[in-house]
Amino acid sequence: MTRFITSSFSHLILLIGILIMVFPVWMIFASSTHTSSMINMSGLQMFLGDSFYENYLRVLLYQGGFFKEITALKMFFNSFIMATGVAILSVVTSLMAAYALVYYRIKHATFLFWIIFITILVPLELRIFPTYSVMAELNLVNSYFGLIVPISASAIATLFFRQFYKTVPDELLESAKLDGANTWRFFVDFLIPLSKTMIVAMLIFMFVFGYNQYLWPLLVTTSEQYWTVVMGLKMMSGSIVHRFAFVMMSMVPPILIIIVLQKHFIKGVFQDK
Amino acid sequence: MSFLDLKNVTKIYPNGTKAVHETSLSIDEGEFMVFVGPSGCGKSTLLRMVAGLEDITEGDINLDGKLMNEVDPSERDVAMVFQNYALYPHMNVYNNLAYGLKNRGIDKETIEQKVNDAAKLLQISDYLQRKPSMLSGGQRQRVAMGRAIVRNPKIFLFDEPLSNLDAKLRIQMRLEIKKLQQKVGVTSIFVTHDQVEAMTLADRLAVINNGIIEQLGTPIEIYDNPKSLFVAGFIGSPQMNFLDGNLKNKTLSAEGFEIKDINSDYEGDVTLGIRPEHLSQTENGLINLKVDLVEQLGSDNLVYGQLKDKKDFCYRCPGNQTIKTGANLSLNIENNKYYIFDKSTGKRVN
Ligand SMILES: Nc1ncnc2c1ncn2[C@@H]1O[C@H](COP(=O)(O)OP(=O)(O)OP(=O)(O)O)[C@@H](O)[C@H]1O
Ligand SMILES: [Mg+2]
Repeated sequence: MTRFITSSFSHLILLIGILIMVFPVWMIFASSTHTSSMINMSGLQMFLGDSFYENYLRVLLYQGGFFKEITALKMFFNSFIMATGVAILSVVTSLMAAYALVYYRIKHATFLFWIIFITILVPLELRIFPTYSVMAELNLVNSYFGLIVPISASAIATLFFRQFYKTVPDELLESAKLDGANTWRFFVDFLIPLSKTMIVAMLIFMFVFGYNQYLWPLLVTTSEQYWTVVMGLKMMSGSIVHRFAFVMMSMVPPILIIIVLQKHFIKGVFQDK
Repeated sequence: MSFLDLKNVTKIYPNGTKAVHETSLSIDEGEFMVFVGPSGCGKSTLLRMVAGLEDITEGDINLDGKLMNEVDPSERDVAMVFQNYALYPHMNVYNNLAYGLKNRGIDKETIEQKVNDAAKLLQISDYLQRKPSMLSGGQRQRVAMGRAIVRNPKIFLFDEPLSNLDAKLRIQMRLEIKKLQQKVGVTSIFVTHDQVEAMTLADRLAVINNGIIEQLGTPIEIYDNPKSLFVAGFIGSPQMNFLDGNLKNKTLSAEGFEIKDINSDYEGDVTLGIRPEHLSQTENGLINLKVDLVEQLGSDNLVYGQLKDKKDFCYRCPGNQTIKTGANLSLNIENNKYYIFDKSTGKRVN
């Protein structure tokens, strides 16, 4: 009986926590389904209105920006390309960097690793102008390449993969070698499948990181054609319900990615046990 | 040149540890060789050099007439069974066995047939679709063996593959490994620190101590004729009894007794070795044993006690004799089966 009471009590606390977090999001969503005049007259709404399709469709297809060149749909497309690019590129490079650091006979590998690691302490903002001039010199301003590549070297992901590789028993490599696997095959047939769970986690993490970028895309794009969702959030003008609708939609891609990949993530965790 | 040939092989690890000292050894095709020795003596190091997993500091290793020193492990055509099996955790049993074959570009049907044959031989056909984590210790052991057998390699290397199993399974797997090796006929090297395992498996035995092969021979040769104090103490269970003594004019005098007409011209301090099973009870025997403890194994009794000078001593007698704690036994050495070693160098002198 006491167990029942304590567990219901902790559930209650959790529920309150969830409510506190979800409530503002709900308010915005509910408000985004009303008309602007309704919001202007009676403030934020708690219950759904009937302008959902009208508002959301309009936001998606409205030609915005100073030069009226970009729609929200295009921004989502840009953000998706950028976030996916950052996620894939940074996971691939960190997998390979960690592999080299752990398995190749590199002199001072630990020292090199710490050099890579230190870059975590240098925020993007600090190196943003030199990085910009490199991109400008290379003529990569206003391109997806320019949006993605400069922020796709991840020291954190390298750290995670390196620590994971270090826990893989040496016998596995030795055994694979005797079975005729070369360096490349060991990477593809062993390390990648074994770190599947971690790869998925890193993909999610880096996707959200790429999606949330603001300063870098702002700097490296001058054409509105390359605006991303997060930039749009800042730049957007228009009526309040349309802005609410845009905010709501901007949350969808990261949530979608987590839902889609989470399945593999959890499956991976349980299979390894 | 024999099938596997080690010539003056030395291993010095980068940190300066000299794990193997100028070891030479020849192993014939189809032979079952066992490396036995205490922990840290360099058995694994020697084995791993044959596999190519450790560089050879000095010396040559030839396998099937080819110099192996610079050959990559993947090209050596050797198979190894590790102590913790090192199965591929993300592959099912079938793929664990098939992986080495796939890497050689063998076609699918042949692989399937070979894997099924090996699985049948090892009685693991029912588990082919399981992941290693879903197998018992003994089953994993078999999969590890299967992975070695299926490739039909030039040589099998075993690094203490039985030490993770419980006592009963260990004896069973020991038998199976021996049978399997005889059936498949592949040259094998088996590393262990368990002398019973060594004696039962080996065609030939290399007793290793401190990176040196102390003695090489068939198990019976080594048991009957140990060349050094170390080998004498290491092989045989329970351990050989050692007594201090002095050898002069072919007469050995130890605490409380003398042995005359010894077949050795050595003079000086010696260690006398007597195996517990080479003793028998008589009246007025050489050795007087005061019994402290009797272990009844059924077939045998192990009698532990002390000599006059409080030295521990062990005597093994048939299980049908009843011996009481506290009794005084008078023992003789059967058929002059005693071993005399130079006390300072440990070399055999008789
Ligand atoms: N990578 C290494 N670097 C330095 N020294 C090592 C290394 N590997 C082993 N040694 C040393 O070399 C010696 C022989 O080691 P080895 O592993 O061959 O012993 P072993 O006979 O297999 O022992 P065990 O029965 O415990 O497995 C030991 O003294 C060990 O400390
Ligand atoms: Mg070892």
